[in-house]
Amino acid sequence: MYKIEVEHLTKYYGKNLVLDDVSLSVADHEVVCLIGSSGSGKSTLLRCVNDLVPFNEGVVKLDGVSIHDPEFDVKDLYKRIGIVFQAYNLFPHMTVIDNITLAPKKVHGRKKAESEAHGKELLSLFGLGDFADSYPEQLSGGQQQRVAIVRAMANKPDILLLDEVTAALDPELIGDVLSVIKNLREQGMTMLIVTHEMGFARDVADRVCFLDGGKILEEAPPNELFSHPENPRTRQFLQRIIESGRL
Amino acid sequence: MSLKRPAPPRRAGRTLSAKDKYGPTIISISTVVAVTLIIRAVVIRSSQWPRIKDQFFNLDVIIEVFPKVLHGFGINMAVWIVALVVIAIWALILAFFRSLNGPWFTPLKVFSIVYIDLIRGLPSLLLVLLFGFGMPALRIPGLPKSSLFWGALAMISSYSAYAAEVYRSGIDSVHTGQYLAAKALGLSQVQTLFHCILPQAIRNVFPSLLNLAVALQKDVALLSVLGVRDAVREAQIYTARTFNYSSLIASAALFLVATIPLARLTDYFTKKDRQRRLQGA
Ligand SMILES: Nc1ncnc2c1ncn2[C@@H]1O[C@H](COP(=O)(O)OP(=O)(O)OP(=O)(O)O)[C@@H](O)[C@H]1O
Ligand SMILES: [Mg+2]
Repeated sequence: MYKIEVEHLTKYYGKNLVLDDVSLSVADHEVVCLIGSSGSGKSTLLRCVNDLVPFNEGVVKLDGVSIHDPEFDVKDLYKRIGIVFQAYNLFPHMTVIDNITLAPKKVHGRKKAESEAHGKELLSLFGLGDFADSYPEQLSGGQQQRVAIVRAMANKPDILLLDEVTAALDPELIGDVLSVIKNLREQGMTMLIVTHEMGFARDVADRVCFLDGGKILEEAPPNELFSHPENPRTRQFLQRIIESGRL
Repeated sequence: MSLKRPAPPRRAGRTLSAKDKYGPTIISISTVVAVTLIIRAVVIRSSQWPRIKDQFFNLDVIIEVFPKVLHGFGINMAVWIVALVVIAIWALILAFFRSLNGPWFTPLKVFSIVYIDLIRGLPSLLLVLLFGFGMPALRIPGLPKSSLFWGALAMISSYSAYAAEVYRSGIDSVHTGQYLAAKALGLSQVQTLFHCILPQAIRNVFPSLLNLAVALQKDVALLSVLGVRDAVREAQIYTARTFNYSSLIASAALFLVATIPLARLTDYFTKKDRQRRLQGA
């Protein structure tokens, strides 16, 4: 049984075809990495999965039920799926703890004390125990990124969508964030991860999908995909990555 | 091997010379003195000066009318403060309507757009006349007849349209990523607006809103055309009787005393806002 199923997803921005008949599934406790060059539609695909942007054709299913089915509880979607954005998108006018407890309090009706206790627990787990009352702009990029992960987890989701969570970080900070994600994997979190860190994808992924021009061209376990890419486009992409020294 | 050289003189640690210390002050004072002397030479020495002084700066007249003008000015301030509060809320509602998306909200959105376009297309004075004379003339039972009430309502309607546009530009200035983040957390459209977007939007446009407040403080004087006895009206009444304009100068002084600090406050917030943005960039 798949947790997330994306079937024949097609998405246009204006006349621009961004996702072209994409199908993709993620099983329970599985970690799938999406790779592909800039503009290939990776972020857009993540956003379609939790219904942040409308799409033109296809279905997205959660536990076998379409997210647009009248039977499907939309609240469930935001409760069960956490997303971490490429640019963090923390709320700059709120303290770290307010960022984290906003949804539990306002959307899921948890008590203030309860959600703050849970938030602080998560923060210390992520090495951010001292920053509960700081504002995002007072934190380093890596700290903000971890806050964004904590915020996505505050609703106790069982699925995480991560969009290039290390793209804006200094090399020293990348390791911290990646080890956080590896930990989540160990705890059985189901994840769909967009990444440019091929070494990380190799470590953490059960499957890697190569997205190019809005199509999934190749899909395989990391060892296969990285060692014996079948599609010439995949080979070309990986070649460029190797040349730039990132594999 | 290197030769030990004496350290270069450090500017920052150097004690200021007398020239650096007092130069700017001396320049400022001498400018003021020079300008004063020129004004004296040109205006005050002129043969017309005694007449001008008597007509505009007659201290006896100013002392005589001051209590009345001050009382009138109290009305200006009262209208101003009440209007500010109502405008802040009403404009926010208009901006809120305008920012709504989805077929259910279309009527509210259209209402807001039409309201803002209509009101911004009309001179405030015309609205004041229309409301202030027109509404009481309808003699609809139950409606207030006071021209002060209707005049203030006209100013509120007018300024709300501008303030709504300022709010809207603030809302537009918030990055789309903030909407996505809020939606992904499950917040409704209204929750998103109140918890995530508006606090940032208002912070972004706060200096512009203060500027509108300064403009309104002066424009409240438009109500004098309705016969509301505000500072300008009181001064005018005196002028009409005596053909002496010192009363207008007295009321001008009151307006300046009120608006200049507010203008400085606006500058202060503008500067702080600029610093915040530079830091963020
Ligand atoms: N809001 C939008 N409006 C119009 N076009 C968009 C929008 N967002 C993305 N696009 C377009 O969709 C295409 C895919 O964008 P997307 O952000 O999904 O790429 P990506 O694979 O995540 O790239 P990157 O690696 O640079 O983040 C791009 O051509 C982009 O220009
Ligand atoms: Mg992207």
